[in-house]
Amino acid sequence: MSIKLKVNGKQHEVEVSEDTPLLWVLRDHLGLTGTKFGCGVAQCGACTVHIDGKPRRACVTPVAGVGAQAEITTIEGVQGEVANAVREAWVEIDVPQCGYCQSGQIMSAVALLEQNPNPDDDAIDAGMSGNLCRCATYMRIRSAIKSAAKAGS
Amino acid sequence: MTSLSKLNRREFLSGLGTSALVLGLALRTGRTMADATAGGLQEVRGGDATPALFIALEEDGTIRITCHRSEMGQQVWTSMAQIIAEELEADWSQVAIVQAPGDARYGDQNTDGSRSVRWNFHRLRVAGAAMRTMLERAAAARWGVAPGECRAAQSVVTGPGMYSATYAELAQDAAAQPLPTEAELRLKPREQWRLIGKEVPSLTVPDIVQGQGTFGIDVQLPDMLVAVVAHPPQVMASVAKLDDKAALAVPGVVRTVRLPALDGPVLFKPLGGVAVVATDTWSAIRGRAALKIEWEAGPNAGYDSQQFAETMLETARQPGTVRLRRGDVDAAMGASATRIEADYYVPHLSQTPMEPPMATARWDGDKVECWVCVQAPQRTRSVIAQACGIPEENVTVNVTWLGGGFGRKSKPDFAVEAALVAREVGRPVKLTWTREDDLQHGYYHSVSAQHLEGALDAEGKCTGILHRTVFPPIGSTFVDGLATPSWEELRQGVTDNPFHVPNLQVETGDAPAHVRIGWLRSVANIYHAFAVQSFAAELAHAAGRDQKDYLLELIGPPRQLDPRNDGAQYDNYGESLEEYPIDTGRLANVVREAAALAGWGRELPAGHGLGIAVHRSFVSYVATVIEVAVDAEGRLRIPGVWSAIDAGTVVNTRHVTAQVEGGTLYALSNALYGEITAKDGAVEQANFPQFRLMRMKEAPRDMAVTIVASDAPPGGVGEPPSPPAAPALANAIFAATGLRIRRLPIFGSGSDDRLPLDATREGESA
Ligand code: FES
Ligand code: FES
Repeated sequence: MSIKLKVNGKQHEVEVSEDTPLLWVLRDHLGLTGTKFGCGVAQCGACTVHIDGKPRRACVTPVAGVGAQAEITTIEGVQGEVANAVREAWVEIDVPQCGYCQSGQIMSAVALLEQNPNPDDDAIDAGMSGNLCRCATYMRIRSAIKSAAKAGS
Repeated sequence: MTSLSKLNRREFLSGLGTSALVLGLALRTGRTMADATAGGLQEVRGGDATPALFIALEEDGTIRITCHRSEMGQQVWTSMAQIIAEELEADWSQVAIVQAPGDARYGDQNTDGSRSVRWNFHRLRVAGAAMRTMLERAAAARWGVAPGECRAAQSVVTGPGMYSATYAELAQDAAAQPLPTEAELRLKPREQWRLIGKEVPSLTVPDIVQGQGTFGIDVQLPDMLVAVVAHPPQVMASVAKLDDKAALAVPGVVRTVRLPALDGPVLFKPLGGVAVVATDTWSAIRGRAALKIEWEAGPNAGYDSQQFAETMLETARQPGTVRLRRGDVDAAMGASATRIEADYYVPHLSQTPMEPPMATARWDGDKVECWVCVQAPQRTRSVIAQACGIPEENVTVNVTWLGGGFGRKSKPDFAVEAALVAREVGRPVKLTWTREDDLQHGYYHSVSAQHLEGALDAEGKCTGILHRTVFPPIGSTFVDGLATPSWEELRQGVTDNPFHVPNLQVETGDAPAHVRIGWLRSVANIYHAFAVQSFAAELAHAAGRDQKDYLLELIGPPRQLDPRNDGAQYDNYGESLEEYPIDTGRLANVVREAAALAGWGRELPAGHGLGIAVHRSFVSYVATVIEVAVDAEGRLRIPGVWSAIDAGTVVNTRHVTAQVEGGTLYALSNALYGEITAKDGAVEQANFPQFRLMRMKEAPRDMAVTIVASDAPPGGVGEPPSPPAAPALANAIFAATGLRIRRLPIFGSGSDDRLPLDATREGESA
């Protein structure tokens, strides 16, 4: 079926079966490959995008349910003060190793900081534990979130 | 849309885009002249150091460096570039990287064994220095001055007076210069390094934070189809009956392709099964789910890993084949005042890089071009050629970024699948492994059982150790039925035992493989360090001594070991013992450094404990101290982890620190939760969290790393941090609770995340 969706501020129309997860629409149909596939079952967070500002696992979000008006934001399109601060903090200490999980990590971190500008360790744990990193960059993710928070305050 | 043109421009084919490869191309022609000259740069230590292989000076000033090793998060792009740019005197801000395809002229490209820097350090310095020398000579000729009066710095050559020219301006002339010999080169002395040994920022991270960069899964070609494979549940199982009607009825599914059934040895051949080819990934996944396949289970259907564990432990308790003997261990046991023994078990693990295996192939007549996330592109090339019955020259293997490797992507079975399926359908195909494929159809880290015995004299001094190890060897992947541990696996923590004991005996027992066995980050060091370093703490406990002090006493005085003196075959990770000795002084030093960093001996809160372990692997030395906190219910936290690494000369201190952090936590994740089990020959873990990984909330709150300053030659970095992690954790749990962990993972299925404290008396094992 034909489905309308708005990604990073741009309207799109795609022809897919209605159960297609948003993840594969982004990657295969719109060429937005920054959003990654890690498990397909909402366990790893590699596919994290924002829908109306909230972090969502695109791999288990059927595209038909998203709605034409919902604002879908991916790593390629996430902007603003918080996103900038997060990217800067990430680059400042080289958080990523292989980088594969990092789109999802950044999307979760931005969502966390948007909602809690000054998270403590427990809040970071709660906000970030849905995102697996096999390279185990957790120490640097945690400290980058703290420095991004500081930059914003 | 990400297209091939974007791929070409960004990562693969430098020079075909905006600016030309001025010096690089010219030098490639020049190389023929150099070939005729005795003492060319093709045979320097580590391989061919001809600058054109690695360096291209472009008209716009870009210094394009070719990285021939695979980037998988270890920051090899950055480290290789640092080494070249140091000697080239390049302006770092002009450096850009291009990834080399698989090609023998680069020398070894197999990115495993923690050896990218170790094997390329000298060679890349020579390449950089040669290019710098040619630029200086070209400038001298242009200005009519002596070469000695010209000096390169920051991509500019300066001569006497006002003379100065950029590398880009000199590139043409430099290309006409003859290649210098190695003897003519002046390598920069260590004190003048401004890139090597520094915290140079990553060259990949700025792209990563924008969601840019091309991983294996991101490759998109015009007219491309996507495939997923229904793999046989057991290794060597085959399709008995296939009904693909329902699959073909799924919208988007184009067709199915039968892959050849696997016969032994398994090598890097595909597993067989049925590929579902579709216009997009989701349709392919849905199509695969709709397949009806009856499998012929084959010879491994009886494999039950639970039962196999008991059999292996039984073997480990029986006398085995002696592989190393020093003194008389039986006599030492007989004469001992105290004698202890312990059995250890470490299960199969899956490497599980965050990006599962992915490969894209496109045929043009009898030639195939592939884009793959592989650690071993030359091997990939040859196995594709073999499987497709074409000459190797007809296969191009472009290496994408790897979303993690950890040894899985050293095995290119998935790339062969892509080539076979693409040939069959006559269109480009991206072949995607889902997480289920990754977990259930891998090359697993070998399962192992070990038995150790130790003799203590009346003063608590250790006088003898027996170490018996049993595991299906990696060789079983290459030779059908091979069941005897190899010398290469034994040198990973058994025959290189560093303890200063007069009587030492190593024995092995056989174990056949029933799944594909393969390398996983730090390989056999994982289980061997777990057993040896846990046992060291068990000896300390039996002697009533502090773990750290006793460990240092076991290591003994600074000396250099040679396991060959005790009858072992020993290859020292491919290095000479003269250059890379087994140096117990360096080993003891990292123990002291880690202990100091952790504040060993400090007062701890109730329920806390510290554990320490040390291990040499890949010719580097790492010690780790872990603090645990265990509550009354047996819940475990890890407040802190402190490590010291001596990897000789290091290229990038920031990324070495990151590898120690990541390698340690990777190993802790496996020790805490990692286990692959098989029933009826089929792997039981299908996805996360059945194969569980450490999450942010389980990561330590505090972690620090000391890099020992050293001018020894470079050692490995990617793997050495892993082996000490599990034993340090087990030793910390013992210190906190008296519970001795001898079987991993610590929290297997059904553990409810609780240590079994109620079952614990002092020294009891779990
Ligand atoms: S791919 Fe969506 S959570 Fe793993
Ligand atoms: S950086 Fe590699 S998985 Fe997170």
